[in-house]
Amino acid sequence: MSEIASRVKAIIVDKLGVDENEVTETAEFTKDLGADSLDTVELIMEFEKEFGITIPDDQAEKISTVQNAIEYIAANTQK
Amino acid sequence: MELKRVVVTGLGAITPIGNDVETTWLNAVAGKSGAAPITHFDASQFKTQFACEVKDFNPNDHFDRKKLRQLDLYAQYAMVAARQAVADSGIEEAANLDRNRVGVIVAAGIGGLHTFEEEAGYYALNGPQQGPKYNPFFIPKMIADIASGHISMEYNYHGPNFGVVSACASSNNAIIDAFNLIRLGKADVFVTGGAEAAIYPAGVGGFNSMHALSTRNDDPEHASRPFSASRDGFVMGEGSVVLILEELEHAKARGAKIYAEVAGGGMSADAYHLTATHPEGLGAILSMRNALEDAGMKPEDIDYINVHGTSTPVGDISEVKAIVEVFGEQAHKLNISSTKSMTGHLLGATGALEAMFSVLSVKNDIVPPTINHEEGDNDENIDYTLNFTFNKAENRPVRAALSNSFGFGGHNATVIVKKYEE
Repeated sequence: MSEIASRVKAIIVDKLGVDENEVTETAEFTKDLGADSLDTVELIMEFEKEFGITIPDDQAEKISTVQNAIEYIAANTQK
Repeated sequence: MELKRVVVTGLGAITPIGNDVETTWLNAVAGKSGAAPITHFDASQFKTQFACEVKDFNPNDHFDRKKLRQLDLYAQYAMVAARQAVADSGIEEAANLDRNRVGVIVAAGIGGLHTFEEEAGYYALNGPQQGPKYNPFFIPKMIADIASGHISMEYNYHGPNFGVVSACASSNNAIIDAFNLIRLGKADVFVTGGAEAAIYPAGVGGFNSMHALSTRNDDPEHASRPFSASRDGFVMGEGSVVLILEELEHAKARGAKIYAEVAGGGMSADAYHLTATHPEGLGAILSMRNALEDAGMKPEDIDYINVHGTSTPVGDISEVKAIVEVFGEQAHKLNISSTKSMTGHLLGATGALEAMFSVLSVKNDIVPPTINHEEGDNDENIDYTLNFTFNKAENRPVRAALSNSFGFGGHNATVIVKKYEE
């Protein structure tokens, strides 16, 4: 697992109070991990703080799975 | 229309002198202080470095991690006290409980102060670089009504649901609202009371700037000394007390245990000063008289007054004047005590805590004491022929008890409870 992936998963485990093995890459925040709209906003903000990036709202709306988050962060931090 | 009768059928408490009702009551009767150096934050730069904190409260024992992110400490206290009270009342075991007729009014005087402080602090520190990064739970964690919302969601109580804010009178106002709504037939049961958790820099620093807090840092346990000449301000407390109020026939039909009956509530405003009580206690007089009238009672029917009595130089005097004015001769026959001498001042939760003490006093015929009075430490403005129940609890018949709470803004609210008789 990449370093980004493990940091992303750690945030999800912490904020959503879910078990680590539930956080598969295909898992959807709302459908599979029990997040509501506020939880999802908080996750995005935690990713921003953790990786020192800004995720615009129109991009944030597209991040609905663990994989989406990892890919977005990877693409926007390693330039 | 005939008003319905309302009784107390459940109690819950997380307080500076106990994390349940029984411990809190036994420590109050024993005259135990809950004051100690502040542990919630480093208070070494503050004029006041002690408070009456809740002890040994581990949030993880009560909530999972996801839920905890939604809960300021004040709401955590409220939920734990509510769970105790609901369990104590047995209403969840009642057959055919109509959840549309169970309401929640759990008050806070301030609410999520620590949450506000953290979020505002983060922006102050990082705003220039990061822009606004407010947590999406900031507002719903911080607002003073949210405890009532959380409790309704935990139990699916769909009756009237809101918070009440009147500073340190908040939870008396909550109890009176719940009482009146049941009397009027708008609900069968209310989960009511108050919660507060303001022993954080903004709370202590804010009250310090007003010179409202005792600064007796070398002797915290003896700092809250209502009605003594050497008193120098109140001691902050925190926690939550929740009462289950229930329409009498509803309670009887399910064979509920009944602690006491809620007899009446009175309210008034000083309309005088932001923070100081009226020197002659005009608002307090009106509030107590309104409560007696509401209860259909006379001064001679009251055996115990749990005073607001915060241990501030001005407030204690005006409240005593008000009691003498309202009760006349009976003022010398009844017992007065300030349980804040032990618990500190729980702000928006204080009315609920003192209503609970009043209920237990009526039920057990014991008056908890006003501790920390030393012989000769007398204020020339206070009449010591009154019985302040100094230093030692008193066993006596308590037919009815009256509890005062006064809040910044000049809000006054008085609750009367009495022994339940058929």
